[in-house]
Amino acid sequence: MPSISLARAILGIGACVALSFPAMGEDLPESIRIGYAVSDTGPYAGGAGTTITPNYKLWVEEVNKAGGIRVGDRQLPIEVVAYDDRSSSEEAVRAVERLINQDEVDFVLPPWGTALNLAVAPVLNRAGYPHLAVTAVSDRQQDLMDRWPRLFFFLSTSSHYAEGIVTMLEELRESGEIEGRVAMVNVADQFGIELANAAEALLQEADFDVVYNQSYPPGTQDMQGIINSARQRDPEAFLAFSYPPETIAITDQAQTLGFNPPLFYTAVGTAFPLYQDRFGDNVEGVLGIGGVDVGSEVMVDYIERHTELTGQAPDLWASAPTYASLEVLQQAIERAGSIDHEQVVAEMENGTFDTVLGEITLDGRAYWEGWQVGQWQDGVFRAIGPSDRDGAAEIVLPKPAWQ
Amino acid sequence: MTIPTRSTLFGAVLLLAGVIGFALLPSVVGGYGLSLAINFLMFAILATAWAMFSGPSGYVSLATVAFFGIGAYTVAVLGEQLPWGAVLLLAAGIAFVVALLVGLSTLRLRGVYFVIFSFGLAELIRQVVNWYESTQAGSVGRYVFLDITQEQIVWQLTAVLALLFIVGWLIQRSRVGFALRMIGDDETVALHCGVNITLIKVLVFSLSAAFMALVGAIVAPRWTYLDPSIAFNPNISFQVLIMALLGGARRLYGPLLGVIPMVLLFEYLSTHFPHLFSVLLGVTFLAIVYLVPHGVAGLIDSYVQRYRARFPGHPAQQEGAS
Amino acid sequence: MAFLDALLNGLTLGGMYALVAMGLTLQYGVARIMNLSYGEFLIAAAFAAYWLFQVQAINPLLALLLVVPVAFAANWLIYQIMLHPLVKRSRNRGELEVNSILATFGLLFVIQGLVLLLFGSNYFSYTYISNVFIVAGSPLAADRLLAVAVAVVMGSGLYLLLMRTRPGTALRAVSVDPRAAQLAGIDVRAASAMAFALGGGLVAASGVLVSMFTTFNASMGVVFTMKALIVVIMGGAGHLLGALTAGLILGLVESFVAVYVAPGLTLAATFALFLIVLLVRPTGMMGRAGA
Repeated sequence: MPSISLARAILGIGACVALSFPAMGEDLPESIRIGYAVSDTGPYAGGAGTTITPNYKLWVEEVNKAGGIRVGDRQLPIEVVAYDDRSSSEEAVRAVERLINQDEVDFVLPPWGTALNLAVAPVLNRAGYPHLAVTAVSDRQQDLMDRWPRLFFFLSTSSHYAEGIVTMLEELRESGEIEGRVAMVNVADQFGIELANAAEALLQEADFDVVYNQSYPPGTQDMQGIINSARQRDPEAFLAFSYPPETIAITDQAQTLGFNPPLFYTAVGTAFPLYQDRFGDNVEGVLGIGGVDVGSEVMVDYIERHTELTGQAPDLWASAPTYASLEVLQQAIERAGSIDHEQVVAEMENGTFDTVLGEITLDGRAYWEGWQVGQWQDGVFRAIGPSDRDGAAEIVLPKPAWQ
Repeated sequence: MTIPTRSTLFGAVLLLAGVIGFALLPSVVGGYGLSLAINFLMFAILATAWAMFSGPSGYVSLATVAFFGIGAYTVAVLGEQLPWGAVLLLAAGIAFVVALLVGLSTLRLRGVYFVIFSFGLAELIRQVVNWYESTQAGSVGRYVFLDITQEQIVWQLTAVLALLFIVGWLIQRSRVGFALRMIGDDETVALHCGVNITLIKVLVFSLSAAFMALVGAIVAPRWTYLDPSIAFNPNISFQVLIMALLGGARRLYGPLLGVIPMVLLFEYLSTHFPHLFSVLLGVTFLAIVYLVPHGVAGLIDSYVQRYRARFPGHPAQQEGAS
Repeated sequence: MAFLDALLNGLTLGGMYALVAMGLTLQYGVARIMNLSYGEFLIAAAFAAYWLFQVQAINPLLALLLVVPVAFAANWLIYQIMLHPLVKRSRNRGELEVNSILATFGLLFVIQGLVLLLFGSNYFSYTYISNVFIVAGSPLAADRLLAVAVAVVMGSGLYLLLMRTRPGTALRAVSVDPRAAQLAGIDVRAASAMAFALGGGLVAASGVLVSMFTTFNASMGVVFTMKALIVVIMGGAGHLLGALTAGLILGLVESFVAVYVAPGLTLAATFALFLIVLLVRPTGMMGRAGA
């Protein structure tokens, strides 16, 4: 590539100049500037508006009410710069570049979803910013962390969640509650496919009878064909690796079409407050990703604060990790006594943090201890898998009939 | 051919200045400036390429993102296996061939039927890619890990834009350009005048598609992660259409005059009013539509005409489409 | 019964598509406005229905009586104030198309922005009826059936209006040739405003009905705009029966492909069908040649 090497030669000087300036001096400013660009509009807006934005607002408000973040012997309030990335990769990249270069924020909070987090990762990496990619889920997690040394994950990998539900099915088969007929569908989106591929392999390995396995394109509004096809094969477990709008559509149409298998699982969105608002008592017995341990006081307290301050209940899968990631950031800054990125990242990698998830560590720059499977029980989305962990509730089968 | 007219010389100087300006840009501005420059160049090429076909012929296409996406996907699939130059050529080549096939099959469509057809086409390609990736390739998202810097993206886009202007200028002054304008004015008349409508329409359409694919290919490494809804995002087609129409699609430099204010406007609004972005953008947009009815190029033309009317001694220069 | 399931599902789905597209046939076919903000009106009506139902406890059917007249009036004003100047300044049909694309694109952002400010970016959905009918062993959701029933009533009402009444004839005349209609003593501006407003009323009605069984958020308007455009163009612009047939066909194709081929190919199949129809008949299934 002759043109590029020539280009590189000319550019050497320019790049040096450009990269040398974001050095954070130790003369501390009056506040900590935190920036984020989250999807307020576009297809990702629903997810971002449920999981990300309320937590950022809650955290900033709580921290500032308490006087700010303690850096050394001073309390620095948080100053926020917020943009809308309009669910577009190009916008997200530019917004983060704007935050770093123009607004000169001290820290950048991540956008929503795997795609946008991956889009902004190289920019944050180049500028040396820590990147707490909370809502990014990828099976190439390790590979990505190797590539970008300040990248942290909080929701583990897709196959981790597939393992959770398949392990649960195996346990149920052992105890004789099901024989092993499984129907599964997935959204043809990266996360849905990773989940489905992992689940399919695991189910086959464990010798389950997969009676139906199809994918549907993102944005499909009508699920009746899928539900009917699954219903005719009379599965004992129905697994939908779905995204929020389709999670609602699938549940709604299963309900109207009277499809009520003993085990009914829908993925992203099952833990959303919207889900319960929409289906009321009918949520009883539905399984999904995530879940809360109702025995955990910090968690119950967090849910109350979230609901009170933002006017909406949290998503019971990714909201708490999002909030926890902010607590990690705050505690890492306070321990480092500085807003220097390298020092903060070092604290994050090595410390133990007191969060709404309990005491957590980010060993290997990833949090692995999240709940894999949850189930709506008595109006609460309780954590049930892994079943051998403290705080896991017993699964309730069969799921009661739709009302 | 003929001795270059004054306006041609003027254009050439402007083009050269632009190229030098963008080539030197990376050493002057930081990451954010580059980012803005990339955004500007990207839409400048897309809108100019769009107008190269749609302007004179009057066929309004919403398939821009189909070719853009083809370019991006070529990089995602082959970027790590082939040398960069080959990838770019291939991206342009694939888009050219696809556009050729599409062009040949859509000859009978006119007006709004062509508009919606082109939109449907982009969506069909997106759905097929999605289906293929999810069922055959086993993964919808692709990672583009190429060590291409922002600066290199700016230079490549600048080169493509310059090339596009030269090609566009050559077409405009050639028989092909004349024939294309004739098709736009009245297709039947053009046919009777012995213009090979099919060949010319399809050729220019394919050429513009190849440029769109180049943009997709050059920009793709910037996003690291690609899936069909990112690569084939229909918003891109709409934005390009709006920018080109706003600038004035009947002139080669017209779209540029739409891209500059729109990119700045988008940027200004999303920086200063991120939460009122939609409403303000809409209002500004409406204001532009009503206050600048013939595009920015039209506005300039009317000033020029008024100027000439006032100084009739000045020789009127006849060039391009009017 | 897989076949009957697919058939019933396809019919309800197709009915919904026809319903959503009906308003656009009028707006584009008669008033000649290529309305890119069409879906935004649908979403706005869906939000209005949601708000009326959840906050004011007014059921969606009653909400129709409130939302539709408001939408009718709003669209009439929009035509008179915003769009008529465009019609006046455009020299030919192509120019009007370009101008209306630009103007309604701006309108799209305004409406979407307002909905965003009022409701935020979350998903919304509510339950009004959840009854199910069983037809020969195949279940059929009552809310969808209701939507289709209303669509049929509105479709036939509109058909009768266009075919059997004087104002309807005027609308059809304008749709065929505005200049000739003017010569025949028809007030083209009034007829176009009426058609645009009627279309606005219809899309609001479909927004209310669709909201009973779909999850929606402020950014989803474009999905409906595009579906409606495809149905309208496939049917033949300005052709009510064409749009109804095209809607039904698309619904059936989607449903049968989901059951017998692969759910992953449903959208691809509908787009492919649309493209093929246009290739065979460049002015849509029922379009006039050279329209």
